[in-house]
Amino acid sequence: MSSQVRFTDFKSDKQPTWCPGCGDFGTMNGMMKALAETGNDPDNTFVVAGIGCSGKIGTYMHSYAIHGVHGRALPVGAGVKMANPDLEVMVAGGDGDGYSIGAGHFVHAVRRNVDMSYIVMDNRIYGLTKGQASPTSREDFETSTTPDGPQQPPVNPLALALASGATFIAQSFSSDALRHQEIVQQAIEHDGFGFVNVFSPCVTFNDVDTYDYFRDSLVDLAETDYDPTDRDAAKEKVLDADKEYMGVLYQDEDSQSYEQTHGLDSDMSEIDHEGAPEDATDLVREFY
Amino acid sequence: MPADFNWAIGGEAGDGIDSTGKVFAQALSRAGRHVFTSKDFASRIRGGYTAYKVRTSTEKVRSVVDRLDVLVALTPRTIEENLDELHEGSVIIYDGERTTMADVEIPEGMVGLDVPLKRLAEDAGGAVMRNVVALGAACEATSFDIEHLDSSLKKHFGDKGQSIVDNNKQAARLGQEHVRDNYPDADLDYDLDTTDNDYILLNGDEAIGMGAIAAGCKYYAGYPITPATDVMTYLKGRIEHFGGHVVQAEDELAAINLALGAARAGARSMTATSGPGIDLMAETFGLVATSETPLVVVDVMRSGPSTGMPTKQEQGDLNMMLYGGHGEIPRFVLAPTTVNECFWKTVEAFNLAEKYQTPVYLAADLAMAVTEQTFEPDAFDMDAVEIDRGKVVDEESIADHQTESGGFKPHEITEDGVSPRAIPGTEGGAHMSTGLEHDEQGRRTEDTEMRVEQVDKRNRKIETAREREDLSPREFGDPDSDNLVVTWGSNEGTLVEALEFLEEADIDVRILSVPYLFPRPDLTEEFEAADEVVVVECNATGQFADVVEHDTLQRVKRVNKYNGVQFKADELAEDIKETLAASQEVEA
Ligand SMILES: Cc1ncc(C[n+]2csc(CCOP(=O)(O)OP(=O)(O)O)c2C)c(N)n1
Ligand code: SF4
Repeated sequence: MSSQVRFTDFKSDKQPTWCPGCGDFGTMNGMMKALAETGNDPDNTFVVAGIGCSGKIGTYMHSYAIHGVHGRALPVGAGVKMANPDLEVMVAGGDGDGYSIGAGHFVHAVRRNVDMSYIVMDNRIYGLTKGQASPTSREDFETSTTPDGPQQPPVNPLALALASGATFIAQSFSSDALRHQEIVQQAIEHDGFGFVNVFSPCVTFNDVDTYDYFRDSLVDLAETDYDPTDRDAAKEKVLDADKEYMGVLYQDEDSQSYEQTHGLDSDMSEIDHEGAPEDATDLVREFY
Repeated sequence: MPADFNWAIGGEAGDGIDSTGKVFAQALSRAGRHVFTSKDFASRIRGGYTAYKVRTSTEKVRSVVDRLDVLVALTPRTIEENLDELHEGSVIIYDGERTTMADVEIPEGMVGLDVPLKRLAEDAGGAVMRNVVALGAACEATSFDIEHLDSSLKKHFGDKGQSIVDNNKQAARLGQEHVRDNYPDADLDYDLDTTDNDYILLNGDEAIGMGAIAAGCKYYAGYPITPATDVMTYLKGRIEHFGGHVVQAEDELAAINLALGAARAGARSMTATSGPGIDLMAETFGLVATSETPLVVVDVMRSGPSTGMPTKQEQGDLNMMLYGGHGEIPRFVLAPTTVNECFWKTVEAFNLAEKYQTPVYLAADLAMAVTEQTFEPDAFDMDAVEIDRGKVVDEESIADHQTESGGFKPHEITEDGVSPRAIPGTEGGAHMSTGLEHDEQGRRTEDTEMRVEQVDKRNRKIETAREREDLSPREFGDPDSDNLVVTWGSNEGTLVEALEFLEEADIDVRILSVPYLFPRPDLTEEFEAADEVVVVECNATGQFADVVEHDTLQRVKRVNKYNGVQFKADELAEDIKETLAASQEVEA
């Protein structure tokens, strides 16, 4: 089936209700293309979505999917993948969903290194709740709940990921369609947790981190002689406060996924016995 | 009362109390005696009073009693703590050479056996075996064949090598001989009869874990919390053999979401926690129900609210399990009553979860989870386990559940409220599950009619279950009695034993033990037929009493215990007697 899959097969028949011009359109298109390009089809793909404008993505895509509770998409994705490593698992959500309420899970998902991709649509604002500061909002960014700006430094998701032992860290930009698709594809192909922070501008509530801003400031690492397998170089890059980078910032080529290290290779949905499994009586014998 | 025997070892946490108690309990069980154990433990790792109690009889024992026949006291406090339970003729084994025990006074009428536990243990090869010396002494005091103890020591220390086993056996012998040589005249007339029975001994947490494996559970995610951790400990190292996996999550939010993910992937999946964890899981619990995901959530209750008393008994989470979570959530709440029922109710929980595609709470409690009980092995008959996976569709049958344009309908409106389920990977089944209200295809909707249809559909599962499942309570006592005593959870065994004390006081009662808390049986007729209804539970406000009053529109009397300790049979009989007497006085 997969040879005939086109990216439009991943489109659901629901029309997105995102604001015209929202960065999430481009982010989603790139995700669908990357899935099709890597040989997946809707019946073997599982998309887990967070809560927020970004989290609506699960509704607009066609695959097995779940739209969970705020901030908890990563453990759901890990559970799906561990229970059936044959499925292609992609988790998507916003910066609020992932780095605020879900920050704890982010650190642990990175450590766990389950073979799935995590796409964060970073618009540096809370979109769905109508424009409050997010953990990646700039220190002086004025919003309805922070009229003087958050007055605390933004979370640095790339550095957080690296410090937590990430095996794949990338950043992309939703309107650079080709590069975005390429980067997501690399995350899918990575054996382990493929983390991509995507600049996905909110045209309604964020007039600072705009398309123009990213277009002018992003440095594409693919156009430099940067070596993403060099962890020290990655350290420097992720801590560089003066520049915004696009591309793969770090990849551990020796990465072994959780499923590999834990010997998970079977589809746990299958139960081939009508009663207790064979050998189960041995469990009773133990208590003599 | 069957001639039963009560033994305990007490000291400080870190003294090896638990493992010593367990070795003795196992020896008794191997000798064909029934055993019921209980633990007194504080929420600390070292220091603080802790005790392990063993009640044993040649007949079935179902609860703890206020009586101690032999006490191994490693600290003076052990004697103080148990003074009420010691009686004329009780034997106290202690080490008079231990500085703290040098000046202890053995209470009037009791028999003190001063055994140099540490010194004898050192003679056998190491001071760590001093508790085993005490076990040898206890064998002598009770004329219990020490070879049963040998066999239990072998089971416990076999992994560590033959010489460790031999040293332990030797330590026990030295304890035995010391008592024989130094107290030849002590009148110790306890005789622990043995039988040919082969019992197994296990606790509720272990039984839940075993039930999960028997039911084909493949995935467990949990976060450590007393007294539920043993479920995870049990599964880890065993479930892998059956193709499953255990994950220690970063918190309970992750635990239930990991379990939810695995369940969405089609695996039989479970998480277990205690009250504080249930609070954290509440939001996702609603998602599980709305997305119609089969999931088993075990709550091994302990004293609350907040961190309460982590190592103490309570049944205070009933309201949380019945009503917890915002909005209205169809669910099942099952309450096992014994260690054996922990096994069977877990199996059933998985079947109900998949048959009705809904979350199932297993309402266990500390008193059952950490106490060991003996059973005939066929009480855990694996051949009797049945697996029912409900309405799973395959590539062929899926066509019957698709829209004209080929969209699968995971939330199809059906008469019984249960929709078809497509496990990921099934061709043509791709669909979205969501916590948002949705249409038959799982697509978000705010359509007023569809909202009502979906809510009704989900709730209809409960009506269907009421029709199809046998929700009857378990009955004990005198079926014709006008006095009805109703309970749930681990109190059942205590209540059954309380019957004998009530009989002595010329009081007959009919007992109903309710294992289905939601949906639950309608008790209106039973209540109407009775003159008095008394509801027994381990909480302060009578949460179950409230719901049955609401169900039956009848007032009930309440017997509640919430000091952190489970009911004891004699005490419970007294409470019931007083409650019945009080109501008669009012009427008179
Ligand atoms: C427990 C909980 N708290 C709060 C909310 C409300 N809420 C919905 S979306 C959102 C923020 C989303 O921000 P982000 O992840 O940045 O996504 P965006 O909408 O910007 O794409 C919040 C706070 C919720 N749904 N659940
Ligand atoms: S509010 Fe912002 S993030 Fe949400 S849809 Fe509109 S543009 Fe996109």
